[in-house]
Amino acid sequence: MSLIDLANPTKFLALTARVLPWLAGATVILLLIGLYQSAMAPDDYQQGATVKIMFIHVPNAWLSMFVWGIMSIASLGTLVWRHPLADVAAKAAAPIGAAFTFLALVTGSLWGRPMWGTYWEWDARLTSVLILFLMYLGLIALWRAVEDPSRAARAAAVLTLVGAINIPIIKFSVDWWNTLHQPASVIRMGGPTLDNAFLIPLLIMAIAFSLLFITLHLAAMRNEILRRRVRSLQMMQANQQRAA
Amino acid sequence: MTALSALIRRDIRIALRVGGGALIGVLFFLTVTVLMPFAVGPDLALLSRLGPAILWLGALLASLLTLDRLFTADHEDGSLDLIVMSRTPLELACAAKALAHWLAAGLPLIVATPALGLLLNLDGTATVAVALTLLAGTPALTFTGMIGAALAVTLHRGGLLLAVLVLPLSIPVLIFGVAASQAAITGPMSFGTPFSILCALSLVSFVVGPFAAAASLRHGLD
Repeated sequence: MSLIDLANPTKFLALTARVLPWLAGATVILLLIGLYQSAMAPDDYQQGATVKIMFIHVPNAWLSMFVWGIMSIASLGTLVWRHPLADVAAKAAAPIGAAFTFLALVTGSLWGRPMWGTYWEWDARLTSVLILFLMYLGLIALWRAVEDPSRAARAAAVLTLVGAINIPIIKFSVDWWNTLHQPASVIRMGGPTLDNAFLIPLLIMAIAFSLLFITLHLAAMRNEILRRRVRSLQMMQANQQRAA
Repeated sequence: MTALSALIRRDIRIALRVGGGALIGVLFFLTVTVLMPFAVGPDLALLSRLGPAILWLGALLASLLTLDRLFTADHEDGSLDLIVMSRTPLELACAAKALAHWLAAGLPLIVATPALGLLLNLDGTATVAVALTLLAGTPALTFTGMIGAALAVTLHRGGLLLAVLVLPLSIPVLIFGVAASQAAITGPMSFGTPFSILCALSLVSFVVGPFAAAASLRHGLD
């Protein structure tokens, strides 16, 4: 079973129909374990119970960037190899990535309210995630602006790759802009100083959310393939009726 | 080479003659700048503090507004198909079109900056700083905006969609353009650092823009 066999949508549908229940089951089990572990994790000595927002916030923030990476690979597949499923993958991933980015923003601002005393701070990370969210919305708008899926796919692929080059530049600029305007006033969670009591639940949650993404993505790809079949059947029917 | 220079000369001539619309960008720039005091109040001290930001925003919006027509007019009369099919590499042709667009629509914005600086109570140094940063930064706006224009023409959409796609990409240029102007006026920081990064952003856009625009034209036109 190689990647090229999957190019046949029927084979892809058959394979994913077998894989999806297992993936969904694994996602549910890992999410339950992760949530239990997060609930059992000790309170932080400075942040109290609000530190538990981290277990939801960090996986979402991580996936918000990971999904753009997946879409960039799929876009290369569309432009370079013309893989028939690549644009389906790219299209299905965009709303899921936007949802993860939105959740990262919402949980971040809910975390910011007790910690910083405000829902929104023009902090470098928050700002760059907000811009990423805007770019996801622009991409979805591009997908929705055009009726012909293959034409929209190539345009969206170009934009996704341009975004992949630009997102690090934007991130760097926003960091620079932020240090220019305000010195970092917020106590940050240092990565390596994270205690095991927090690290293990966080890792489990990260894996659980990644599995959630894969499950949702495969399901959305199946829906997209079926939607395109319905569309072409409708067009064939309309043609027949016109001929008759 | 002659094909490219002919393309540049043709685009500039079309942009400047009746119906071309390149100079409407300057008029838009002027109008946006004049609108600002009505929004924030006629306080000269405040206006001179906000001046560089206002001029940069105006230039950003003006260059976006004129970009809409970069490929559309050529697509409508069929000359875009000839450009795509010609032996000149499409990437170079796109770069030539962007250069012509910048010469016809971007350069007038920079020429107009000193006059608008007077309206916003900017002193000599500040005006020169803003004009210099616009000179270094507006090519980046044109060359990244060209990607959006190419996408828009292949999708037969323009206007708002173009703005939504291009504006997030222009954030770095805006940040470093305004930062360099502010550094020259008040800042404790040196003018050189943000200005060099601004130039670097322009250079990166010279590479990325034509390739992305050419790719989207090649894949999108049929």
